Amino acid sequence: MTYTFDFSALLPYWPDFLWGAVLTLQLSAVATVAGFIVGTLCAIGRADGSPVVKAIVAAYVEVIRNTPLLVQVFIIYFGIATLGIRVSANLAAMIALTVNVGAYTCEIVRAGLQSIHRSQVEAAECLGLSKPQIYWHVIVRPAIERVYPSLTSQYVLLMLASSITSQISAEELTAVANRIQSGTFRAFETYIVVGLIYLVLSFVMRGAFTAFAQAAFTRRRKLGTTL
Amino acid sequence: MTTPTFSLLHVEFLAWAALWTLGLSAIAFVGGGLLGFGVMLARIGPSKLLRRAASTYIQIVQGTPLLILLFLIYYGIAIFAGPGFPAILAAGAGLTIYASGFLAEIWRGCIEAVPKTQWEAAECLALTRWQRMTRVILPQALRIATPPTVGFLVQIVKNTSLASVIGFIELAQAGKLINNSIFEPFTVFMVVAAFYFAICFPLSMWSRKLERKLNVAGR
Repeated sequence: MTYTFDFSALLPYWPDFLWGAVLTLQLSAVATVAGFIVGTLCAIGRADGSPVVKAIVAAYVEVIRNTPLLVQVFIIYFGIATLGIRVSANLAAMIALTVNVGAYTCEIVRAGLQSIHRSQVEAAECLGLSKPQIYWHVIVRPAIERVYPSLTSQYVLLMLASSITSQISAEELTAVANRIQSGTFRAFETYIVVGLIYLVLSFVMRGAFTAFAQAAFTRRRKLGTTL
Repeated sequence: MTTPTFSLLHVEFLAWAALWTLGLSAIAFVGGGLLGFGVMLARIGPSKLLRRAASTYIQIVQGTPLLILLFLIYYGIAIFAGPGFPAILAAGAGLTIYASGFLAEIWRGCIEAVPKTQWEAAECLALTRWQRMTRVILPQALRIATPPTVGFLVQIVKNTSLASVIGFIELAQAGKLINNSIFEPFTVFMVVAAFYFAICFPLSMWSRKLERKLNVAGR
């Protein structure tokens, strides 16, 4: 069977593709920042919290990491609705992605926290640093610097996984693609184009994370070495 | 007549669907393992062209969402092979490609974690490339590779849920079907999630146990 590719049918839709890419980046950015905060707090709670906090965080991490994102998205979107609270698809997508990536961040940051030597903390205590100061300067920042490559990969995977939220018709790149292909009947071409856009987005994101590391981890910039 | 509610009948239906999830996971793992092993060999092989091709393949697979990959295969098969193609083959093909891209990269890391002196020693003993790989490197790499591979198995099981979008009836799709008939999304998807958890959690624990054992042994 012969099939002629016709990408020209998609040409009028280029603003839609671009808009979809922007929406995906927005969704990922929000989920990345929120998930990072949730995950880091959970990691600290799991390392230094009371037994109850530790157990809750452990349960959260295990449940999220051992169930598919698709099912989590369904539970949050349809589940919250049956409880009587109406949320838009976009908000539900954002919550689901944050909850999801928060658990992964927690595991990654926890590994970083464990790599901080006890003597570092003791030295900081001897220097009379306050508890928040110790956490920020001695524990959390160096820990994050160490696990930064893993975090980067995780957040790129999150961006790719955000395509799943098209299943509850949240507005992002894959949802835009689904709409375009049902209008043009050029499904194969549409998904090739969208695949390429995702590829570009993942490169852009990796680049942005590298640039951010240069700005955030001054030690690395000045001395040219990691911790 | 009363409105139907979530019952044992539905749980039974989900249990059957869970078997399909396991089957699809097995296809993806075996297929992805074989393909991924080949890609990994090309990635570390002597030919520059093959190395470049393998690394491009890995980057493309890791840089595009599985969902898009599945759509491409689904519509691609419809175009090139005609209708009536079984959904399990389309889903299996998509997940195989996905798994191969990730397993190739995981295993490359494990092979390269085998100390360089082992490679050199094998070379000094005049082993051929094939002998060096099968007799010296792989047995050692296998030990390093087991925990992350089992860990990735969890990812495969979870990602089979995406096969639901191309009409393959596994756990997630079965959940959707039940939900469409009784509309109790919270209960239904909680039970679906519990099924996934029951499959994935033991695997996660096993992976972690293997990792601990390896760390102790390596010390």
